[in-house]
Amino acid sequence: MKENTTIEPALFCGNEAIGEAAIQAGCRAYFGYPITPQNELTAYMAKRMGEEGRVFIQSESELAAISMVFGAAAAGERAMTSSSSPGVSLKQEGISYLAGCELPAVIVNMSRGGPGLGNIGPAQADYYQSTRGGGHGDYRTPVLAGASVQELADLTFLAFDIADRYRTPTLILGDGILGQMMEPAVITHPEPTELPAKDWTLTGSRGRPPRSIKSLYLGPGELEAHNRKLQEVYRTISETEVRWESLMTEDASLVLVAYGITARICREVVFRLRKEGLPVGLLRPITLWPFPDKAIRELSRTAEKFLSVEMNFGQMVDDVRLAVNGNCPVEFFGHGGGEILTGAEIMEAARGHLPR
Amino acid sequence: MKSGGEKFIYRRPESLQDVPTHYCPGCGHGTVHRIIAEVIDELGIRERTVGIAPVGCAVLAYDYFNFDVTEAAHGRPPAVATGLKRVRPDLIVFTYQGDGDLAAIGTAEIIHAANRGEKITVIFVNNGIYGMTGGQMAPTTLVGQATATSPRGRDCEETGPPIKVCEMLAPLDGTDYIARGALDTPAHTRVLKGYIKKAFLNQVEGRRFSLVEALSPCPTYWRLTPQDSLARIGAEIIPHFPLGVIKDEE
Repeated sequence: MKENTTIEPALFCGNEAIGEAAIQAGCRAYFGYPITPQNELTAYMAKRMGEEGRVFIQSESELAAISMVFGAAAAGERAMTSSSSPGVSLKQEGISYLAGCELPAVIVNMSRGGPGLGNIGPAQADYYQSTRGGGHGDYRTPVLAGASVQELADLTFLAFDIADRYRTPTLILGDGILGQMMEPAVITHPEPTELPAKDWTLTGSRGRPPRSIKSLYLGPGELEAHNRKLQEVYRTISETEVRWESLMTEDASLVLVAYGITARICREVVFRLRKEGLPVGLLRPITLWPFPDKAIRELSRTAEKFLSVEMNFGQMVDDVRLAVNGNCPVEFFGHGGGEILTGAEIMEAARGHLPR
Repeated sequence: MKSGGEKFIYRRPESLQDVPTHYCPGCGHGTVHRIIAEVIDELGIRERTVGIAPVGCAVLAYDYFNFDVTEAAHGRPPAVATGLKRVRPDLIVFTYQGDGDLAAIGTAEIIHAANRGEKITVIFVNNGIYGMTGGQMAPTTLVGQATATSPRGRDCEETGPPIKVCEMLAPLDGTDYIARGALDTPAHTRVLKGYIKKAFLNQVEGRRFSLVEALSPCPTYWRLTPQDSLARIGAEIIPHFPLGVIKDEE
């Protein structure tokens, strides 16, 4: 029998770690289309899904890949696709249908520089797209943003559970660095959580009335009722699934807010500035939606200023401002276009914002 | 059999729900639905069949068929069918698509599902027009045919000629069965049923991609009576889209 779990730490790049975690999480089908910087994930799944006797297809497009995910999800199987920014734009059609049809699925975005074809450098420019639904219609998708290879793997297990629990497409958001960098990771399936029975799947109508899966509601009031049901789910997710990590925020005058690889750099910035005796802390959202707004609002009662640090030209800063709601100033530092932020420039920016 | 020697010779197939449809008078969708339902009953596969409905006039097919049906984004039914069939090879999976869905927005999906040799059945209802959105030109609209978006008649110089889907897919090695039938006469309708039955039987027996095209009337947007619509299929459409089994790898 094949040993299915890695106990000793092994070296993975972020893309491969997500793939291995997905396989251990019981992902039955993976559909992908080549795009840099996530190709290691597609290649990993091509190799490993075949070994496991599961389904791998290199699709003709991202539109097809997400629709294949839709089909596998309709049959009740765990399914995943991955891509990078331009490809994820194409997947928005299917993500909207998954949301409208209440189908669980996991979508990975190892985002890169944009807009348009952009470049293949790391970027956080898809924050708006990821956290505002992304496609047409009034919906949200949970967005899980790891900051290390280990965490990407851990969040992959969580993504499948959240998708199944709430019957929603769920995003894992990384970037070109997280996808490609290699770190030791222990990838083991966590204790299984109890999930609702899938009593909605299309598996043939033997012994039961036929079922349909649809997002089309034409009767008076029907679509509004369907939307209210979805909004109720989003409310539950907002109350239940918020995740964040804080570092030295209790006595911080200046709180950096950053996610993903940027948070990794900010963590080092906080350690260095603390050595200089400067009161800086870091709040790292792990779920970008639902956003940790309560935690930030709480901190805004003690902190004097927030600095949202992003690998873009200012997107998450909007959510920080909404959370702070005028309690104290919220500033932004960052730039985008596939260039990584350096610790030195973040330190300089933080110093400039520290109360004198 | 009823008592007293009475015998049902025509009744609603179990695979059709007992509900009125929204289709226009003289539309071909009702007939194609019924043929599919009869075939599924005859093959005894109703309880393991999953249909994929298109975006177009047949978008509500899940309200009419009496087995599991899912919707799909416009043009994507072959991709949805691929995902479903690959994870559940025991199911009988078919797509039901119109000419806009299959031959315009879903061209990539149908070609690649066919080329991969997906073990699915495709029912392609070709009436040469976008019905649901109000009678716009389709890829299969005949040359010279006036529509909402070709008001002076389809001009090949601007739009290219009508696409022959069967002839386009038949050369692909992944396809095992390709046939084109029509609904214009009872005789043609019976032959079409034979094609559709074969396309489902192929899947039951594990063969690869099967597609049946049905030339179907749209009286509403052809601006003809139902009778004249059927006559037009024979007089104008069949000469461009010849009937018959185009490929059978068995």
